[in-house]
Amino acid sequence: MPDVLFRVFRGDAKGGQSVEYAVPISPGMVVLDAIHYIQGYLSPDLAVRWNCKAAKCGSCSAEVNGKPALMCKSRLDSLPTDKPITVYPMKTFPIIKDLVCDVSWNFDVNKKIPPYAPIVKKPKIFQDDVDRVQEFRKCIECFLCQDVCHVLREHEKKAEFAGPRFFVRLAGLEMHPNDTADRSQFLKNTSGLGLCNITKCCTEVCPEDIHITDNAIIPLKERVSDRYFDPVRWVLGKIFGKK
Amino acid sequence: MSYETHEHDVLIIGAGGAGLRAAVEAASNNLSVGVVSKSLLGKAHTVMAEGGIAAAMANVDPKDSWQTHFCDTMKGGKFLNNWRMAQLHAQESPDRIRELENWGALFDRTPDGEILQRAFGGHTYKRLCHVGDRTGLEMIRTLQDKGVHSGIEVYMELTIFRLFKDSGKIAGAIGYWRKTGEFVVFKVKAIVLATGGGGKAYQITSNSWECTGDGHALAYEAGAELIDMEFFQFHPTGMVWPPGVKGLLVTEGVRGEGGLLRNNKNERFMQRYDPQRMELSTRDMVSRSIYTEVKEGRGSPHGGVFLDISHLPAERVKKKLPSMYHQFKDLADVDITKEPMEVGPTAHYMMGGVRVDAETGACTVPGLFGCGEVTGGMHGANRLGGNSLSDLVVFGRRAGAGAAEYARKLSSFPTLDSGELERSAKDMEAPFQRSGNENPYQIHRELQESMQSLVGIFRTEGDLKKGISKIEELKQRAAKVAVKGERAYNPGWHLVGDLKSMLTVSETVAKAALARQESRGAHSRLDYPNMDEKFGKLNVVVSHKNGEMNISTSPVPEMPEELKRLLAENK
Repeated sequence: MPDVLFRVFRGDAKGGQSVEYAVPISPGMVVLDAIHYIQGYLSPDLAVRWNCKAAKCGSCSAEVNGKPALMCKSRLDSLPTDKPITVYPMKTFPIIKDLVCDVSWNFDVNKKIPPYAPIVKKPKIFQDDVDRVQEFRKCIECFLCQDVCHVLREHEKKAEFAGPRFFVRLAGLEMHPNDTADRSQFLKNTSGLGLCNITKCCTEVCPEDIHITDNAIIPLKERVSDRYFDPVRWVLGKIFGKK
Repeated sequence: MSYETHEHDVLIIGAGGAGLRAAVEAASNNLSVGVVSKSLLGKAHTVMAEGGIAAAMANVDPKDSWQTHFCDTMKGGKFLNNWRMAQLHAQESPDRIRELENWGALFDRTPDGEILQRAFGGHTYKRLCHVGDRTGLEMIRTLQDKGVHSGIEVYMELTIFRLFKDSGKIAGAIGYWRKTGEFVVFKVKAIVLATGGGGKAYQITSNSWECTGDGHALAYEAGAELIDMEFFQFHPTGMVWPPGVKGLLVTEGVRGEGGLLRNNKNERFMQRYDPQRMELSTRDMVSRSIYTEVKEGRGSPHGGVFLDISHLPAERVKKKLPSMYHQFKDLADVDITKEPMEVGPTAHYMMGGVRVDAETGACTVPGLFGCGEVTGGMHGANRLGGNSLSDLVVFGRRAGAGAAEYARKLSSFPTLDSGELERSAKDMEAPFQRSGNENPYQIHRELQESMQSLVGIFRTEGDLKKGISKIEELKQRAAKVAVKGERAYNPGWHLVGDLKSMLTVSETVAKAALARQESRGAHSRLDYPNMDEKFGKLNVVVSHKNGEMNISTSPVPEMPEELKRLLAENK
C-alpha cells in the first residue's frame, strides 16, 4: 500500500512547527497507528499519550485535520489522503510537548465537586433508576468536550467554568438514585453552568455518544432555575426559611 | 545531587483498581499516602476490564455460595492456587462489591432490584456483576472519585524505576516525571506494588503500553520472591483484524451472553475439546482449542475463528455489549448484531507474580506489599474471568491495611543511601550520553517476536532455550541503547526503562516455563503434554541471588482438611 503524509506538531510551550512524515498504511489503520509508526521507526522522541487503543480510556485525544478526535478511532480510510493529514494537540490546554498537553486543570475541577453522599438506608435500585445515570458514567474523560467548548477554548474561562465533562459528572451525581448531597450552590455559583449557551459542540465530539447538552446540561440548568428562580419556591422559602 | 523529595508513610505504585483500593484503605488509617501513576489518573488498564467482577452474591442463582466460588477458582487454577487467597477472595468479594455500590458504582440490575450477574467461563453459577461491557471503567471511576476525597496525594505520569532498602527493609523509591524527565525521590515506610502485568512483552496482547511488568521487576531487584511466572494467560478472544488492533480484547461477556465459537466448517469446535462446558470452558482450554483449529487449517480468513452473537436480538446485543458493538463497527467494519466476529488468542494476564502473604499482601521483603496482577498465588495456573476485578478490591484493601499497619509500627523513616540514589539516577540517564544505533523500539519488537513465537501458548524445551538466549542477547543490547532528544516527555527514553522491566519479566517467564516439565493450566509443554502429580504440589520460585536469576521450587501450601473435603464434594 502507498505511503500517506502526516503533518504532526512538534514542539513545546516555547513554540514549534509541524513536521512531515511519510507513513506506509495498511487496511483498517487509524491515526494512532501512524503516530506509533513514526515513534517506532522515524522519531522515537515523539510525545503522545495513549493507553487502551480501543476508545475506552480517553488518552489519545488530539486534533486530526483540525477536528477534536480520539486518534485510536480516527480511521485513515475516513480521511482524505490526497493531502497530508494534520495531527495537532488539543488547543484548549497548555502544551507540554508535541501531542501531549497539560490537562491537570480538569483533575483540579473534579476535586472541587461535592462528592457522592449516599443515603444510609438504601432502597432497592431498579434498572429504570440507573439507565439515565449509566449514560453519564460512560464518560472516558478524553476531555474532547472541554477542548471544543468555546467557553473554554475561545473565552478561556477555566477559572469560572467547569466545562461539559464536569456537567456530565455533576448530572451523574445529581441523578444518582441514592445520592443525598445538595449541589445547587455549586452548580449555580462555582460551576459556571450559566455560561453554557447550549451550542451542542460538546455533544457532537463525544466519542461515547453521551447526549451532554440535552441529557446533562439542560436538566442541570432546569434544576438551578427551579431552585433559585421559581417565584412560588421563592415565596415559600421566604416564609418557611430556605432548605 | 539534590532531588525533589516527598515523604509518605505508605507509597502505592500503580493507580488501577488494586492501587486505588489500597490507597483508600491506607488513607483511612490517618497516614500520609501517595499514589504514583504511570499514566493520567483513571487510565490504568483496569478500564479495559469489560465482562464483570465475580462474587457469589447469589442474586441470580440462589444456590451460589463462597464455597462454590472457592472450588471453581481452585479447579480453574488446577489446584496450584494459594488456597488461603482463593478462600479470602471468595468470602470477601461480595462485601467489596456492596462497598463499591455504597461509593456510587451503579451495576446493571435484576428485575427485582438487585445487582445483576452473568455467566462466565469456569463459574458454576451466574456470578459476574457487571455494567454492560464496561465494568472496569465503572470500578476505576468509583475508586478514583472515592480516592480524591480520601486525602491521598496522586502523582500522575510518574514512573518509578528503583526501590531502596535500609538494613533489608523498604526505605524509598526513585522515579521520573514523564512531563519533565526530572527525578523524584520518595522516602517511605512501606510500599504497595499495584503495577499490574507485563503483557507488552508479547507481540499480540490486550495490554496497553503501561503493562511492562515494572512491579515484578522492581520487586525482583529488591530481592522479593516471584512465583508461578510460567503461567501467562492467553485470553481466547482478541481481535485478529485489522492489523492495528490485533490482540485487542473481545470480552468473555460475549460468550457469557450466549456467543458461539465456530470454525470455517461452521462447526462448534469446542464440542471436540470440552463438550460439557463448550464456549464457557476455562480460558486456557478455549485458547488452546482456537490455536489448534487455526493451526489445523480450520480458521477464519484472518487467522482466527468465528465468534457469533448475531442470533440474539440486535437490541439486546447493543444493550449488553455496547462497547463491543462499537469496537467492531468502528474499527473493523463488522456489525456484530448481523455477522460473526473473528477472534484469536491474545496475551492478557499474568497469573504469576510477587509472592505475598494472603492476609496482608506482605512480600518476602519487609515493608514491601503487593496486590492485584503483580502478585502470584491467587489464580494458580489459570485465572477465571471476572476473578481479577474482585482480586483487585479484595487484596487491594488487604494490602493497603497491611502496609498501613506495618508503617504505623515504624517510629521513624528509614534512611536512603545517597550513593545508591546517585547510581540509580546515573544509570537511568546513561542512554542520553551514549551514541550508537541501538534503538529501544527495535529491541522491543524483537523481544515481542521472540516471546510470541518461543514462549507462547505451546512451549518446548528447545524453543524456551532459544527464547532465553535471545533474551540474554537483547539484555546486552539494551544496556547499550542510545536515546536522542530532550529529557522532557521523551517516549523513547521511557521505553528504555520499561524495556528493562520487560526483559526481566520475560526471563522469569521463560526460565520458570523451562523448569515446569508438565502441562498445567495456561502452561502447555508439547514435550510434557500431561499433568504431573509431582509438579502439582510445587510452585516454581524465581529470585535474585548474587546477581543471578535463581530458579527453585517450593511446596504448594497445604490446605486444611475442611477445604479438602469441600473440594472432594465439589468434584
